[in-house]
Amino acid sequence: MTWETVIGLEIHSQLRTQSKIFSGASTAFGSKANTQACAVDLGFPGVLPVLNEEVVKMALRFGLSVNAAINKNSIFARKNYFYPDLPKGYQISQFEIPIVGEGSIEITLESGDNKTVGITRAHLEEDAGKSIHDLYDDYTAIDLNRAGTPLLEIVSEPDMSSAKEAVAYAKKIHALVQYIEICDGNMQEGSFRCDANVSVRKQGEGLGTRAELKNINSFKFLEKAINIEVDRQIDILEEGGSVVQETRLYDSIKNETRSMRSKEEANDYRYFPDPDLLPVVISDELLEEIKKDLPELPTEKKIRFIDTLGLSPYDAEVLTSQKEVAEYFESIIKQGADSKLSANWVMGDLSAALNKSQLEIVDSPISADELFLLISRITDNTISGKIAKDVFKLMWDGKGSVDEIIDKQGLKQMTDSGAIESIIDDVIANNPGQVQQFKDGNSKLLGFFVGQVMKASQGKANPKQVNEILNAKLS
Amino acid sequence: MSLDNKKVKEIAHLARLNMEDSDIEQATAELNNILSLMDKLGEIDTGDAEPMAHPLKMSQRLREDKVSEDDLSEEFQAIAPKTGQGHFLVPTVIE
Repeated sequence: MTWETVIGLEIHSQLRTQSKIFSGASTAFGSKANTQACAVDLGFPGVLPVLNEEVVKMALRFGLSVNAAINKNSIFARKNYFYPDLPKGYQISQFEIPIVGEGSIEITLESGDNKTVGITRAHLEEDAGKSIHDLYDDYTAIDLNRAGTPLLEIVSEPDMSSAKEAVAYAKKIHALVQYIEICDGNMQEGSFRCDANVSVRKQGEGLGTRAELKNINSFKFLEKAINIEVDRQIDILEEGGSVVQETRLYDSIKNETRSMRSKEEANDYRYFPDPDLLPVVISDELLEEIKKDLPELPTEKKIRFIDTLGLSPYDAEVLTSQKEVAEYFESIIKQGADSKLSANWVMGDLSAALNKSQLEIVDSPISADELFLLISRITDNTISGKIAKDVFKLMWDGKGSVDEIIDKQGLKQMTDSGAIESIIDDVIANNPGQVQQFKDGNSKLLGFFVGQVMKASQGKANPKQVNEILNAKLS
Repeated sequence: MSLDNKKVKEIAHLARLNMEDSDIEQATAELNNILSLMDKLGEIDTGDAEPMAHPLKMSQRLREDKVSEDDLSEEFQAIAPKTGQGHFLVPTVIE
């Protein structure tokens, strides 16, 4: 039996504002409990919410970036439910008319093909506070610093058909919200959270019953959670059972999903327009202003990297998938470095070294300017690409600047053809057997000779010259 | 449209109202009276009327994104039923 997986994602991205969505309390992360929860956030009687201008602008930036229909009149609604970290007894959200309507975004699949994922809507809402269950035995502790923090909930169409696609989409949105500077993307601190709606169906049939997976705080777990849930649903269906529509928590330690406290009654949020808030009207002028202010988007950047820098689509995708990586790469290119060579260094040695030390590119011990200098020393023939790797390691360990290291270690490339020739003559004299074989037609042996020469020169001979002179002498 | 006792009981539960069966009976009758007025309103032809989300014909004014609130947590905690280490404490919520 062939089963098809259908996935839609709901992404909550925390907007990067100074103050909350409806109050002037600070949104800074990590402060002492409840010191950033004001009377509005606490739901005191008589207080009124006043909408933060920046929140509206950020939602519009997102909407314009995914070519979405913008609702010029959007409304806020009350979503009613009881929970201790929601002091008002309702969450202010958007229901019938969200600020951002239908849009789409293009993702790149593993095969290299592109796929368009539909975005159903993106709406503004306030976050709830935090319930801490393990601080006391007999109480749940409530910290309301997060209550009222602005969120943009981005809802996708059920357009993804594998966990990998879902991750590709989530990463794309993650990159986008950082490019347009509306969210810091910090998943550990909960600034970017994914819920996945997962269902399976027999090929060609209608949609199956879905389960909603919550509590996923990394891309790795998103992939694992979806895969494990798909397996669970297929097992149930193949045994003749049926999937229950429910919310399930992903447990990353046990790598399983499990039902949240079984809800006897379906959630009934009784949405209605919030009488405390008037419709949000977006003027054409504001939209125009925001459009003008948008930076180059990842997809645009990728196309430019391919078209004007001559990078492969794969390289362009990798280099634009994170804003900071793209900026690092571009600041090397802007100084005149070769694009392909620079791409290889950023995606190769630099990326590997960062991974090994678990560092982000912004914390790289080697700055873009320093890497540019290193690359320039390859292109101006001061050192070979192979030696450059050693220099890179020394730079990484803080052993000095590019030129200092090259000088001190005597790594300067040998370009004096007389000197190279004499090494080559030695190599030829010392390997008469191989010379004969080469002359008899074993052309593969050229690599052997090049290797011997490089070894004799301690890697410093210019490889291009070595090849040329060798070819001339052996023919 | 009208409600039966079962529906009213559900609504009372959603609103966390603790109501006796006799109260439910009365509430159902009263709510149905109100709903019959709604039905009356429904008779009006609103085909040409623009839907509205708010009775005021105004739009939401916006606030500059600035932190303007001081930390009044001590005052707020002073009137809370129970607090500890800066947290509000509530009966254990079982996840």
